[in-house]
Amino acid sequence: MSQTGSVNGAKPGFKRQWEKRKGMYVKYRYVYLLVMPGLLYFLLFKIAPMWGLLIAFKDFSPFRGIWGSPWVGFHYFEQFFTSAYFYIMLRNTLVISLMNLVFYFPAPILLALLINEIRSNTFKRLNQTIIYMPHFLSWVVITGITFFMLSSDVGLVNKFIVHAGGEPAAFLSNPKLFWWVLLAQNTWKEVGWGTILFLAAITQIDPSQYEAATMDGATRMQKLLYITIPSILPTIIVLFILRLGQVMDVGFEQVLLMSNPFVRDVAEVFDTYSYNQGINQGNFSVAVTVGIFKSFAGLVMVVLSNRFVKKMGHTGIY
Amino acid sequence: MHSQKTSAADIAIYLVTGLISLICIAPFFYIVSVSLTDPSVYVPFKLYLIPEKWSFASYSYILSTWNFIRSAENTLFVTVTGTALNIAFTYTMAYAVTKKEMPHRNLFMGIIIFSLLFNAGIIPNYLLVKDLGLMNSLWALILPVLTNSWSLIVAKSFIDALPDELEDSAKIDGCTEIGTFFRIILPLSKASIATLTLFFAVGHWNTYFSALIYLTDSGKSTLQLYVKSILVDASTSGAGTTGSVDMLNLPSETVRMATVVLAMLPIMAVYPFVQRYFIKGVMLGSIKG
Repeated sequence: MSQTGSVNGAKPGFKRQWEKRKGMYVKYRYVYLLVMPGLLYFLLFKIAPMWGLLIAFKDFSPFRGIWGSPWVGFHYFEQFFTSAYFYIMLRNTLVISLMNLVFYFPAPILLALLINEIRSNTFKRLNQTIIYMPHFLSWVVITGITFFMLSSDVGLVNKFIVHAGGEPAAFLSNPKLFWWVLLAQNTWKEVGWGTILFLAAITQIDPSQYEAATMDGATRMQKLLYITIPSILPTIIVLFILRLGQVMDVGFEQVLLMSNPFVRDVAEVFDTYSYNQGINQGNFSVAVTVGIFKSFAGLVMVVLSNRFVKKMGHTGIY
Repeated sequence: MHSQKTSAADIAIYLVTGLISLICIAPFFYIVSVSLTDPSVYVPFKLYLIPEKWSFASYSYILSTWNFIRSAENTLFVTVTGTALNIAFTYTMAYAVTKKEMPHRNLFMGIIIFSLLFNAGIIPNYLLVKDLGLMNSLWALILPVLTNSWSLIVAKSFIDALPDELEDSAKIDGCTEIGTFFRIILPLSKASIATLTLFFAVGHWNTYFSALIYLTDSGKSTLQLYVKSILVDASTSGAGTTGSVDMLNLPSETVRMATVVLAMLPIMAVYPFVQRYFIKGVMLGSIKG
């Protein structure tokens, strides 16, 4: 490589550094070739669309393009926050999210603790194989399955009810039940998959802790309460904070596929509104405004919950 | 660890976890069972758990419809092409960012992390796809998702964990970086490649929303769009196919359940075989990401 022998005048340090740099570029030339496809992908499909966020501050018309459309400042934000829809969507999104946080979030933790206590390895593995499975299905298929389980005419549950002499229930079109159906669906699909992380965290625990506890005459329940749960608490906290950051993201495809005219009032969330406004009606500026509001709210939630967790004396995510 | 005999607590644990598994698997059992019921004896309001009369009529009907075949072909194309490109884009970039001394490596990592945290969202991506002229093309389902930050981090962590001596000795033997990548890194990454292949393939197979907004021409329909149309439109008009006589004596319910079964079958068939690999992959991604 470079000998850096002939240094002509002004900045020898800079020159030498550049020679070294050049040497590195030459050394890694094939690696740059390898990084190219991925880099181009990120620049084109991840970084470039960030420009599109300007649409929220412009009166966007597809014919004039992002740059050619006139600025309108925070007009669309004002319009969005003052519309009656905003509160309905905020309520729906928050209720669905909080229901997931209260009922769905602890479920995989409890299930992982249970699975960890299974003694037979064959039974354990069979169990895991079965409960992970729904995670791999699309929301379209899940919606189909839900339909065949819960619809008032062909649903299995209602067939049982009728068989037992009862009146069929309208699970899918009753606004009072809609949120619970979403919760049940989500739990059914993801509870098994959610256990993976906690089971992984449990396997990281030093076995000698359990051995020492056994020596001291600890019962199974005591080992669970004083070793297992405290050991996986950091994992639980990190996942909880990340979960709070997604408080505005309720399963978009799920809600889109499950909503019907009967439940519209309880099913409209920010994502579905953004999709309807933007792609169905061409109000791109409104749709992007919703997206920016969502990301911002998510960021605020993560920062706040992280601070809160730290104040409680735990390690946060940063 | 535990060396006692089976206690009452154990029995309770078996019962509860067994019941949860049962709840997870029961809907599949029911749907497969109805889809295999002979349509001529099927009565919608009656309770069936096991077919009274077995038949593949619903399946042979679906497999003979042009709409199903075409959307299955489209989905297969997107899944195979998309997954192959995913692996190519992910591993080349992941290998590059393991080179700690390479100039600008932090910039590349920064872009990956930035994209993990921030996303422009539905509309800017939609407009981009439109501007690129990809509307109504199956490539609109492939190009915008060539790789992703999470998979890159999983792949990178895996390559980082390989012993450095292997790369060094390959270099001494005169291997270029590209040669090392193909002859040393890729063959040793099989476990993580298997995991990511499953995740990418499942993602492509299950894509619904992108297909909904980018594919407007029914000839470009994918399986998820097809299943959706069957589930919604089928209540009165069967599969909604053009002028099918068979449809008249096929109750739509068995056909619809069979469609759902066909849409999930490939995943269910492959996933148990890859299961042993992916647990490690999931851990890596979640802890570092």
